[in-house]
Amino acid sequence: MLKTFKLGGVHPPENKISAEAAIETLPIPKRVYVMVTQHLGAPSVALVKKGDDVKTGQLIAKSSGFISANVHSPVTGKVFKVDDVMDQSGYRKPAIIIDAEEDSWVDGVDNSGDIIHAITLSRDQIIQRINEMGVVGLGGATFPTHVKMMIPDGKKAEYLIINGVECEPYLTSDHRLMIEKGEEILVGTSILMKALGVSKAMVGIENNKPDAIEKLTGLARNFKGISVHALKVKYPQGGEKQLIKALTGREVPSGKLPIETGCVVDNVGTAYAVYEAVQKNKPLIERVVTVTGKAAFKPSNFMVRIGTPINELVEMAGGLPENLGKVVGGGPMMGKALMSVEAPIVKGSSGILLMPVEESKRVDNKPCIRCARCVSVCPMGLEPYLLAQLSKNEIWERTETERVMDCIECGSCHYTCPAGKPLLDYIRLGKNKTGQIIRSRGKK
Amino acid sequence: MNNVILVAVISLSAIGATAAVILYFVAQKFKVIEDPRIDEVEELLPKANCGGCGYAGCRAFAEGIVKSGNLENFFCPVGGNAIMSQVAQIMGLVAEEKEPMIAVLRCNGSRANAPAKIEYDGPATCAFTHNLYSGESGCPYGCLGLGDCVVSCTFGALYIDKATGLPVVIGDKCTACGACVKACPRKIFELRNKGKKDRRIFVCCVNEEKGAPAKKNCEVACIGCGKCVKACAYDAITLKNNLAYIDFEKCKLCRKCVEECPTKSILELNFPPRKVKPAIVEETSNQSSPAEVTQ
Amino acid sequence: MDKLLTISGSPHVHTDDSIRKIMFSVIYAMVPAMLVSVYFFGLDAIRIIAISVISCVVVEYLIQKYLINGGMTINDGSAIVTGVLLAFNVPSNLPTWIIIVGAIVSIGVAKMAFGGIGKNPFNPALVGRVFLLISFPVQMTSWPVPKPLFSNTVLDAVTGPTPLGILKEGLSAGKTVDELMAQMPGYLNELIGFQGGSLGEMSALALLLGAVFMFYKKVITWHIPVSYLLTAFVFTGILWLIDPSQYANPLFHLVTGGLIIGVFYMATDMVSTPMAPKGQIIFGIGCGVLTILIRLWGGYPEGVSFAILIMNAFAPLINTGFKPTRFGIIKPAKA
Repeated sequence: MLKTFKLGGVHPPENKISAEAAIETLPIPKRVYVMVTQHLGAPSVALVKKGDDVKTGQLIAKSSGFISANVHSPVTGKVFKVDDVMDQSGYRKPAIIIDAEEDSWVDGVDNSGDIIHAITLSRDQIIQRINEMGVVGLGGATFPTHVKMMIPDGKKAEYLIINGVECEPYLTSDHRLMIEKGEEILVGTSILMKALGVSKAMVGIENNKPDAIEKLTGLARNFKGISVHALKVKYPQGGEKQLIKALTGREVPSGKLPIETGCVVDNVGTAYAVYEAVQKNKPLIERVVTVTGKAAFKPSNFMVRIGTPINELVEMAGGLPENLGKVVGGGPMMGKALMSVEAPIVKGSSGILLMPVEESKRVDNKPCIRCARCVSVCPMGLEPYLLAQLSKNEIWERTETERVMDCIECGSCHYTCPAGKPLLDYIRLGKNKTGQIIRSRGKK
Repeated sequence: MNNVILVAVISLSAIGATAAVILYFVAQKFKVIEDPRIDEVEELLPKANCGGCGYAGCRAFAEGIVKSGNLENFFCPVGGNAIMSQVAQIMGLVAEEKEPMIAVLRCNGSRANAPAKIEYDGPATCAFTHNLYSGESGCPYGCLGLGDCVVSCTFGALYIDKATGLPVVIGDKCTACGACVKACPRKIFELRNKGKKDRRIFVCCVNEEKGAPAKKNCEVACIGCGKCVKACAYDAITLKNNLAYIDFEKCKLCRKCVEECPTKSILELNFPPRKVKPAIVEETSNQSSPAEVTQ
Repeated sequence: MDKLLTISGSPHVHTDDSIRKIMFSVIYAMVPAMLVSVYFFGLDAIRIIAISVISCVVVEYLIQKYLINGGMTINDGSAIVTGVLLAFNVPSNLPTWIIIVGAIVSIGVAKMAFGGIGKNPFNPALVGRVFLLISFPVQMTSWPVPKPLFSNTVLDAVTGPTPLGILKEGLSAGKTVDELMAQMPGYLNELIGFQGGSLGEMSALALLLGAVFMFYKKVITWHIPVSYLLTAFVFTGILWLIDPSQYANPLFHLVTGGLIIGVFYMATDMVSTPMAPKGQIIFGIGCGVLTILIRLWGGYPEGVSFAILIMNAFAPLINTGFKPTRFGIIKPAKA
């Protein structure tokens, strides 16, 4: 019996059409657009200005505040300008635009392919190094990893959980990373274990990646305390609360962080970035991005420098399709539809989904027939039909008592609704407004 | 048989009478003493309960006036000066005459001026799309045209023009209650003076981006060039964050700024059409008569 | 690329499921019962079902086009479902005009007057049926004797009572259950359908087949049917154990009357029933208790319609009181 989470869940078609495509390194683009803030938390401060020369790996934006992260230059070249650029959020945000030349790394970076197993840094040094190298959560949330490693007083970490689930349809970047860089990921896991002070780590992988499970299970025999677990294929298994429930049986209490259950969850990509940062002294300047979708000519996985415009990846994957209807940054369930293919890749970009015209329009919106399918699929045990209706009618007192803030925005309810109701759109609105009200209440 | 009817009539009448007496005494004991002026003031009010005055309904407004005893900070925009003077009479005070105001949409990003670069598919609510992306035209400050303001207006003074995709304010119905100002997630609506003869001039843009990106998205965006500030003889225009703003208290409706604006971002409403050029000869210049200019 | 890209909120994929698919699954599930009714009642059954379905669809169309000016929803098949269910609830010798009145009440009053599909607090087919029962009691309770097609049996009676009717009248006349059981068609016959009753009550077997199809298509879940049946079974079981001469055994109650059709097709109507699983179980229990109460001590021999309608009235309250199991609720530690 494969482990899984109990409440809710849906089974969208997996469409892992890029699973066999090995990671290709994308050539360095002529011009990169490095967003100054690519993480959750306080915005970073740009350190360079127009005309400055930068080297690959050089610090170009500094973290400001406790929850913040550094940004490093992904290329060598001259800063063209520091200006607002349309990014994946649909708004223009500050970015550092660099004209790229041939790579010239900063001193101290180990670019050899050797895998270094010995962990020589102390716990505090590891956290410091992760902070310096600008490592953030690569699962998509981009929470600064060094902050996650700092356990608040009074709480104790028992397990490190590595998220290799990749439950979103179409995306295969984590899958390929586990197959091709499995050993590095496990070294990274050991580093994270040391940083947290735990002796047990669990790697969770969904059962539709048997090759990755086999590879990592074999490799994990040489690592102390790391166990690999196959999980039932069900969306959203990759959500950290659902992953903790499946692997440990513990539920993260409403409104609290996973550390309450003694668990810390990190993505496999983050573990790899931690390995590079600690063992190779290499800052986070590139990541694996999947280009996929029914409209894509050649579904591929690329190792991409941060700041690369998306149309360069699409070109390498066969070019812009004629029947392109929608471009999604991320997976189809939680990804964000983009305004154009000129937006740049950021640390949180896991995939680019090219959707054909026939799949781009929503189904018709019919009246709610109270079938309660949305209730049965919600992994957090909420009542989406009710939250959506309350948000639509702006009844904010009730949205709070009905636990709208517990929603993880997985989209299962919206996916399932036979009436085609835009449930998640209204619930997001409700979360937004209710969050504002709660925060203003706290300020008083 | 007669006895039964008599007994029934007498007993029911007795019950009725007892109940009436009890009710009378209870009503007297639990009577709420209220200043009768509250009822009088409330009678005069339009009873739209729109909240435009800032109070929770017309009754609350009336209570507030009577309890505080003065008319400071009390103005019913729906009733206007006419109603306020009547209310003042009851209170024995003098009502301050306020300029009638109207809601103004400070965006001219119509389908023609700000062509769509992407197609939106989803629920027609501005609050949601504001969080989703900058808008079909790409302007992050511009009107999304999905009608949250229309829904919020309880006086039916707003509708979305199908051709331009922008909301239109029906001057006769607008009471300047401020509901649309609150409803718009981008704060595009503003309550401005209705103006003499219903004429008003305003910068029809709230875009704070620099000139180049603003103009890229919309033909009639304010690029923050400052020509209007220089042109205004009454110091009514200020420039802040790449955006010009006309103070309606100071504006004398001379229309100089409208001519100066290079992107036609400043709008003049309800003015007669201008005379066709050649330009009006100014007294201070040494210009020769128009006939000579044509040589 | 001259066509503009589309932008919308996530998710960007959607299941194939739709209201139309759900409604048509229910219609297909009712096909076995429809065939059985045609077998037993011949042309009359076809007449009733056809008139009922056509009237329901026409009434919905007319109201939406001329009265409400809303969208047209006759394409989603819900009117057809109501039509078939209404037909299943009436005797096959019902005059045509009465069935049309039933359709007008079901769709016009119980559904459209509340706002159309998704807004009706009561099951429309049941409202129509109860209205007809109260307004035309004689026509609604003269049960024709089923005359199987292609059979040569000559029948001397044209109308006859249902097993529940026999039971109720017999008990109030002082007979015991055993005596009355001799007059019954027998369990197997009741299961297959050789019993008096309305169009849909005939064959529990055909109805169960349809129910299995609906379970397979995930149109209904186990909560309401199981809790309803179990409650009815346990309630009648306890009474039967106490006094078998006054109370028929639970199996009899399960296969007679409209219990099977009520449990699987009426009480599982999505719109008028609670949403959370716990609430649905409470609903089922309530229906079970009320059905048996009405059957045994109420004025009517059959209690399913009234029981379901009464519980429909409680559905909003049950929704408020019984919420789904939440994720991450810390139970307060015991001191």
